[in-house]
Amino acid sequence: MAQIVCENLSLGYEGKIVTGGVNFEVNKGDYLCIVGENGTGKSTLMKALLRLKMPESGTITLGEGLTQKEIGYLPQQTPMQRDFPASVREIVMTGFLGSMGFRPFYSREEKAKAAKIMKKLGISELSGACYRDLSGGQQQRVLLARALCATEKMLLLDEPVAGLDPKVTAELYTLIRRLNREEKITIIMISHDMEMALEDASHVLHLSNEPLFFGKKEDYLKQDFRFQRREGE
Amino acid sequence: METLIYYLSFPFVQYALVVGVLVALCASLLGVSLVLKRYSFIGDGLSHVAFGAMAIATVMDIAEDLVVVMPVTVLAAVALLRLGQNAKIKGDSAIAMISVSSMAIGYLLLSIFSKSTNVSGDVCSTLFGSTSFLTLTVTDVVVCVVMSVAVLAIMAYYYHRIFAITFDENFAGANGVNVGLGNFVIATVTAVVIVLAMKLVGTLLISALIIFPALSAMRLFKNYKSVLSASALIAVSCALIGILMSILFSVPTGAMIVVTNAAVFLLFSVVGKLRGTD
Repeated sequence: MAQIVCENLSLGYEGKIVTGGVNFEVNKGDYLCIVGENGTGKSTLMKALLRLKMPESGTITLGEGLTQKEIGYLPQQTPMQRDFPASVREIVMTGFLGSMGFRPFYSREEKAKAAKIMKKLGISELSGACYRDLSGGQQQRVLLARALCATEKMLLLDEPVAGLDPKVTAELYTLIRRLNREEKITIIMISHDMEMALEDASHVLHLSNEPLFFGKKEDYLKQDFRFQRREGE
Repeated sequence: METLIYYLSFPFVQYALVVGVLVALCASLLGVSLVLKRYSFIGDGLSHVAFGAMAIATVMDIAEDLVVVMPVTVLAAVALLRLGQNAKIKGDSAIAMISVSSMAIGYLLLSIFSKSTNVSGDVCSTLFGSTSFLTLTVTDVVVCVVMSVAVLAIMAYYYHRIFAITFDENFAGANGVNVGLGNFVIATVTAVVIVLAMKLVGTLLISALIIFPALSAMRLFKNYKSVLSASALIAVSCALIGILMSILFSVPTGAMIVVTNAAVFLLFSVVGKLRGTD
């Protein structure tokens, strides 16, 4: 059984379906890249996987002991967060809230674990710094650390490199690859940046008005979808 | 100074101070979240709703107007926060719409049915904070203290969750935090604080109690915890100074508290600019 199985999903908003018949599965340790133009339901798919939004139809089944809370999420940043007065530590720690039940405050173990994760991502010395004073790349690391507090199994990343310069982008990709290869964390990533993302991915889901492709990266590269699309326009 | 000590020996002055400080404290803590969530106007909108509800209570001759005002305002708060999330009418226009309507209905009802000979005087004191603030009864004070303590306890319990929801609702939701419940708590507490604050500063000035301390604190501080603490400290000091000044110079209490808050905000902005934290 795979960690996530999606059968016959229809995605859309306000009752309008943009993509139908989406079928795919994600196994432990996979690195799935979701590509496609704007408005083809990529972010909606992600929200559906996170149960923030119900799909218009179809089913999403979790398996291999993966629970809903164990899907760590790296959302796109909102404009509001850019002037939010919060320290890095305060933000990272919120990753634990989902698993705390009715307990109102963080435990000592959770604080220690957060420190360990921040160290791993190279943001230890920033822990007291204000989030809004950080660079874009540092902010993404903070949000990644928060997601890692929530999960050790699976990360969902929604265009993690949007707005970052090439050097920082490469660093972030390296970091994500390391988490995938060394810690066997399953990665599902939405990306616009095909070249870079495809380098690391093991599987590809290409969404258009219909799902164009799902399968291994090698097979995806054999068919030139970008070329086909241009012809169709 | 001697006059001040003389005044402080009166129970009604002590009551005013206790109530004023508690209400200001609750409002400021809540304000941090509302300002960051871009809901500054919600305080304003809800106070107008509370005004409408109060008018209805007055017309219907209900002595304990809280019985009507509190539930109506809580309902309105929940509805407004919901509207802000999805609807076709955006949050800010929804608030504007509901608040002017309840204002108008309230004033109409009062002028048609009120038995009082001085309707405009009554309305004015509801809008700008009554002089009756200095004539609080023991029951008023007890109700206010109990409510404030409850609000503070809830805010302490939900401290981390409110922070998480304010900073990133999507992540919190995906992570299994009950965002709906969190927003409901924020809405309810907002409504309670506003109804309590109505007596203190009046309908039109409530948003000042909610937003000013938070905004001032954000000029100088850069993490959530210190913004919250500073905001509380500013609110309490401004309430104390405002009430004492209003007694000493016989000026309206609500307006005096708000002016003090505005002055602190200006001061903090300048200091923030100089220190480069702004």
